[in-house]
Amino acid sequence: MVPQDLRYTKEHEWVRIEGDLATVGITDFAAQQLGDVVFVDLPEVGRTVAQFEAVGVIESVKAVSDLFAPVSGDVVETNTELTSKPELLNSDPFGQGWMLRIRLTDRAALDGLLDLAAYEALTSEG
Amino acid sequence: MAQVHDASLATPLADRHQALGARIVEFGGWLMPLQYAGIIEEHRAVRSRAGLFDLSHMGELFVEGSEAAAALGYALTTEPASLKVGRAQYSMICFPDGGILDDLIVYRLGEERFMVVANASNASAVSDALAERLAGRHVVLDDRSLATALVAIQGPLAAAILAPMTGVALADLPYYGIAEGNVAGVPALIARTGYTGEDGFEVMVDVAAAGRVWDALLEAGQPVGAVPVGLGARDTLRLEAGMPLYGNELGPDTTPFEAGQGRVVKLAKEGDFVGRAALEKASAEGPRKLLVGLVVRGRGIARHGYDVFAGDRRIGVVTSGTQSPTLGQPIAMAYVTPSEAAPGTIVAVGIRDQRVPAEVVPMPFYRRPAQTTDARA
Repeated sequence: MVPQDLRYTKEHEWVRIEGDLATVGITDFAAQQLGDVVFVDLPEVGRTVAQFEAVGVIESVKAVSDLFAPVSGDVVETNTELTSKPELLNSDPFGQGWMLRIRLTDRAALDGLLDLAAYEALTSEG
Repeated sequence: MAQVHDASLATPLADRHQALGARIVEFGGWLMPLQYAGIIEEHRAVRSRAGLFDLSHMGELFVEGSEAAAALGYALTTEPASLKVGRAQYSMICFPDGGILDDLIVYRLGEERFMVVANASNASAVSDALAERLAGRHVVLDDRSLATALVAIQGPLAAAILAPMTGVALADLPYYGIAEGNVAGVPALIARTGYTGEDGFEVMVDVAAAGRVWDALLEAGQPVGAVPVGLGARDTLRLEAGMPLYGNELGPDTTPFEAGQGRVVKLAKEGDFVGRAALEKASAEGPRKLLVGLVVRGRGIARHGYDVFAGDRRIGVVTSGTQSPTLGQPIAMAYVTPSEAAPGTIVAVGIRDQRVPAEVVPMPFYRRPAQTTDARA
């Protein structure tokens, strides 16, 4: 269920690295914990973000949670479809529910991300 | 995640909730289902079909005796003596200073017998206050909260689901009526009350029989699309219906007038009641704040605790807010200064670092379509 080729954060986000581009979303675990997502606020394209900085907001019916930048870089694209269809975060968190793309400025920051085994260990702790 | 306390009480249906895959949270001292399939899906099921709720955490207090009606009239803001047998009224119990101790439903089961249903988090405080306020009267207070399970079936199909398993003629049971009878072969109190804005019933039975009643309602309801519903959707349903929640809209710092519930304060009734002097004064002086409905007109969801502004002035605070599943818009309740409470007033809600416009609107946000619910039963 959890894709193998991704990196993860303790904040339950996933990162797909392709060249110097990082695509970011939340994990299925996060989506389930949040429940029905009804509102997404994403950063402006062009904004420079620092690793683990709060850059957006995800709201479910019950809860508000921050979206953190898992890597440092410049925001080059956001998934504008989420504005009208925030439920994509629940239905397809690793696919159509992707949230933003960041052009990496500091590849060393990737060392701060978790691999699948470490992430699964985190979620299995409950 | 809510903290799960060791001391939390489990409902008699805890095993059912677990088997149904519910996410459990602590609420009012109880471990309760927050959601099963998902809040929006459960919410929509109640609006369009029916939903089954375990409300065993609510407090059931029985008051019986020759002075029951008069004694309750002293303890509460309403006049239970005016109730006909088999009818219920929304009521409040206030502190001497006029602040709200809890909101209640008072059911008249007999000339000298009443049932008071209190919120879970306040059940023991209400029980203690009633014991004190009824002392010296010819009444017996019997707190049956832990011995009583409450299962609600709510939604347009509720009557059709419940009718075949009870001898009570639901067509003859009016809104805010209550009857004693059987449900699924179990002795029960059946009330046409609820907290969803839909037609529906609350069924009170002995805890030992709760599983039987729950199973029968779920089995009969599932083929027509009824689903179990948790506290998450209960909150969005009551919010759309404009119903206040203790701890959000109601509390010791608020009078019933400020909460828009002045109709439950019967200042014209005979005799003293706890809070009368303070409430008479509050009524004469006018409210310090007023509860209003808000629809957010910009991007964002107003949540409990967010500030409300008129220009640069902070004029109030949001008490409840969510994205309305029925309206598809962010709705909220808030206390604002009375001068900004008229429908149509544009205010702003502080949502993180933004001031987002919102409009004061009349409540409820949602009113169920007019229907002949009684004929359906």
